[in-house]
Amino acid sequence: MTATSSIRLPKGPRGAGLPWGSPLVYFIALVVVAFMLAPIAYIIVGGFRTNSQIILDPSGWPDPWNVGNYLDVLVGGIFWRQVLNSAIAAIATTAGAVGLGLAASYVIARYSFRGRGALYALFAAGLMFPITVAITPLYIVVRNLGLMNSLGGVILPQIAFALPTTIIILVPFLRAIPIELEEAASIDGCGRLSFFWRMVLPLSVPGVITVGILAFIGSWNSYLLPLFILNNEATFTLPLGVQAFSSQYSVDTAKVLAFTSLSMIPALVFFSIFERRIVGGLTGAVKG
Amino acid sequence: MTEREHSTLLGERSPAIIAADGGSATALPPSVRRPRGEGWRTRLEIALLAGPALLVFLGFVIFPVVMAGYYGFFRWQGYGPPTDFVGFNNYLLIVQDPAFQEALWHNIVIVVLSLVLQAPVAILLALLLNRRMRGQSVIRVLLFVPYVISEVVVGTGWSLMLQTNGALNDLLEKLGLGALAQDWLANPEIAIWTLMGILVWKYVGFAVIIILAGLQGIPEELTEAAQIDGASYWQIQRRITLPLLGPTLRIWAFLSIIGALQLFDLVYIIWGQYIASTAGTSTMATYMVANGRNAGNYGYGNAVAVVIFLISLTVALVYQRFVLRRDTDGALTGGTRR
Repeated sequence: MTATSSIRLPKGPRGAGLPWGSPLVYFIALVVVAFMLAPIAYIIVGGFRTNSQIILDPSGWPDPWNVGNYLDVLVGGIFWRQVLNSAIAAIATTAGAVGLGLAASYVIARYSFRGRGALYALFAAGLMFPITVAITPLYIVVRNLGLMNSLGGVILPQIAFALPTTIIILVPFLRAIPIELEEAASIDGCGRLSFFWRMVLPLSVPGVITVGILAFIGSWNSYLLPLFILNNEATFTLPLGVQAFSSQYSVDTAKVLAFTSLSMIPALVFFSIFERRIVGGLTGAVKG
Repeated sequence: MTEREHSTLLGERSPAIIAADGGSATALPPSVRRPRGEGWRTRLEIALLAGPALLVFLGFVIFPVVMAGYYGFFRWQGYGPPTDFVGFNNYLLIVQDPAFQEALWHNIVIVVLSLVLQAPVAILLALLLNRRMRGQSVIRVLLFVPYVISEVVVGTGWSLMLQTNGALNDLLEKLGLGALAQDWLANPEIAIWTLMGILVWKYVGFAVIIILAGLQGIPEELTEAAQIDGASYWQIQRRITLPLLGPTLRIWAFLSIIGALQLFDLVYIIWGQYIASTAGTSTMATYMVANGRNAGNYGYGNAVAVVIFLISLTVALVYQRFVLRRDTDGALTGGTRR
């Protein structure tokens, strides 16, 4: 399971035993990092201020710190309902994309049949069709299926649009599983399907995690599709919720900031857990 | 296994686009050889395993894309089957609409500025971080945070900060730079630069990560040899690193161009559908949503989608043909390609 770590990055306990860089490098890095994080800090810290503080001194520090905005958001039901909706959509999208994508990748990688190449090319061509292009007819398809204002109407298209990436990442991965392993299993009376369950699935875990993360974050942050499909506030996911909240409470800037910063916590937590995988997956993606 | 995993996404992406062009599927390497014949059982397995994915993909990706092409020929409000066939009329209207021309122009500006602004910054940062030193991975991760946060959060936060009485102007005044305070969002001469600033802020981390990966593919022996020959640090970067970084940069540029052509979320969230055009930040995608779905003209919206797609496809194919092609048969890639 060396997986994504084969890129030559410092491994093991982070940074331990590495030399220090020159102060100039750290200084530049510090400036850049500060610039990258300042807007995020503005959102988070701003949530601890009151509206009058924000109006009187837009770029000031909270004085005193005020947790009321955060508590209001956390106590109200809207935020949690949207977290739940986003979580359902993201988990279902991830499960669907990984499940369907893995099965299809297995066929493309390890079966030989006529049309295999065409099947692969078809999925790969999907990369050329971003959701922006298909959104209007997609909306009509979803409406005709009666899935408007339901999370299913968001999940199914998201699975479909995640499939090309998933398959393109997983196919080479599955193909790398040695044929000898399969032959040995077959001699032991293991069919191809049970080989899939018993050998392929466990062996492909690193690849599955990479595509799973991509699908999850894509779904968690997606905006255009929910914007078209979900018009009922009860079904809003977090991105729609943040936008609705900020236009509904446009006077209450502090609360909007609190709501916005709470809504990015799940993504940040998820990112910090899987940071190595995400960065590794993306870097791996361009190594070709 | 690791190498395979790493050679995936973009390595395969170029053949994918080539395949979309000529329909050739030659990109696929030969499958694992398989002694067994194609019995009915095998076929059933294939159908069972690939069927669901194929069904979902055809139904929610291919079918809508094809339908976009079909609906684009109708004047249609979105209810009942389209009947009012108008031929290429929608397309004529699009091409002649000054609002669309403006949006297209903005897209072009965004494409060019994204490359021009991000590339130098990203390359310098990547060079800076491409050394074994403490804290390197932490810095890398922090640079990447804006990329992970959703466009809505980014848009909401920035639009609050950039209001005329917002934090940025206030900060400038405190620093004694009050003269620099601007109406960042509404002034049409500045808004596009504001947008570029936000885009660079959000996406430069992605470029850094990709370029760092490319740098790590450059064999250390090369730089060591140059050092022995007495080359200075900057000479090494200019003569060895940058040329070898070519393939990585070209792929990053490709992703950036396609992304910029289809930019929607940030503009729509910060400027909304109406203000975007007066502030000079509308894009083809915001034009599509504003004049298609929001105006109830679904036929027209679909035609705009087709135009965006054709423009992106043309750019992609031209780029493939004239830029990325060097990577498929160029000698330069020997160093980074496995």
